[in-house]
Amino acid sequence: MDWSVIADNLPFLLIGLGVSFQLALLTIICSLVLACFIAIGRISARRWISWPAGAFVNILRSNPLILIVFWMFFLVPILTGKNINEFYSVLIAFVIFFSAYYTEIIRSGIQSISGGQIRAALSSGLTYSQTMRLIVLPQAMRNVLPGLITECVIVFQGTTIAYVIGLREFLHSTTLVAERTVRPAELYLFAALVYFVVCFAGSKLAERLEKRKIG
Amino acid sequence: MNYDFQWAFLLEDPYRGWIAEGIATTVQLSLLAWCFALSLGILVGAIRMTRSRALRWIGTAYVEVFRNVPLLVQLFIWFYVFPILLPHDWMLAWNRMDHVPFLTAVIGLSLFTSGRVAEQIRSGITSIPKGQFEAARSAGMTGFQTYRYVVIPYAFRVMIPAISSEFLTIFKNSALTLTIGVAEVTHAARAVESWSFRGLEAFSVASLTYMSTTAAVVVFMTWLEHYLRIPGLIGRR
Repeated sequence: MDWSVIADNLPFLLIGLGVSFQLALLTIICSLVLACFIAIGRISARRWISWPAGAFVNILRSNPLILIVFWMFFLVPILTGKNINEFYSVLIAFVIFFSAYYTEIIRSGIQSISGGQIRAALSSGLTYSQTMRLIVLPQAMRNVLPGLITECVIVFQGTTIAYVIGLREFLHSTTLVAERTVRPAELYLFAALVYFVVCFAGSKLAERLEKRKIG
Repeated sequence: MNYDFQWAFLLEDPYRGWIAEGIATTVQLSLLAWCFALSLGILVGAIRMTRSRALRWIGTAYVEVFRNVPLLVQLFIWFYVFPILLPHDWMLAWNRMDHVPFLTAVIGLSLFTSGRVAEQIRSGITSIPKGQFEAARSAGMTGFQTYRYVVIPYAFRVMIPAISSEFLTIFKNSALTLTIGVAEVTHAARAVESWSFRGLEAFSVASLTYMSTTAAVVVFMTWLEHYLRIPGLIGRR
């Protein structure tokens, strides 16, 4: 084992790690916003809203992320007629995929809010969208915060999949250095350690919030 | 959208063979990995329930490591790093074996999933009210009997949804093994795409495989849950 190879290539690896973080962060923000709308659609009493929302969630949840990434990579150029760069192609795929998972978490949060709250809000003169935005969603989000954070950890783990279409995120940078220096053991173990530290911290945070909620 | 769909070519050689083989590999890989993951997960879950602090710590470390490193990184470690760390003779023997990518995929998928299963097992067993244990003890059962006749039948039913969703997770995660050269169904779809330039049809086949399997497993598990439920106790709707 010769760990100096890590130190020598650290700047290159850190750029990759930056891309991973960027991708994860943008995915989390965009899919959370999208998921709020889909979750409200999914519990709507109108069948023509709730049915497509449910179909969207179920279709995405029964496909692997890697396949959705391939779908977008090939579908977007056909739909729009021009190539887009890998980062946006992966970002679109991730947002669509993870918004389905966030939808289910937020929906369970919304359903944990008692009906009395909604009736009280409506009878005090708030509109339906105000009720959702000001009364229901803030409480729902707080109730499912541990689940949301666990999902963020999964998003960060998922960014490794961008490797398959050649986006230069952390795992891809690691692979490139491993191939160039012929030191796969050091490089991949280092990558595993970095992912472990970030994800472990996230999991612990979620666990602590969960315990506080019960206690 | 300007795309001329053609489905019939998928039934021609060589595409038909690739797709059929891909589906078969995906199913084999996920079933094998699921069996190993369940056995290992139950073992680790049991270790985490023992009284020995050292054993519990090992169990927890196992779960945390396999849960918090992305599957793709774990697969790369098993594929590129694990053989190097073996003694030289063993490495040669390993490399000379047939189906190394497939075996690596089974190892990687089972270990990754076993950590998650162990966690489900533990939460299944801790969900059992303490009174059940005490009642079994005072009825004169030994520790083994308590688990055999009271705890396991109860916990098993609580865990059915989690165990079936783990199968679906393995099934979908098996697609990642294309990165180490396993010819599963997503890999087949990509191969068809690059030979025929008909990506949408090829990916539709892969998506349909995953979606129909998911639907079938969900229907079966719902039936099983209903069939096994103890009236008035758990599994009530």
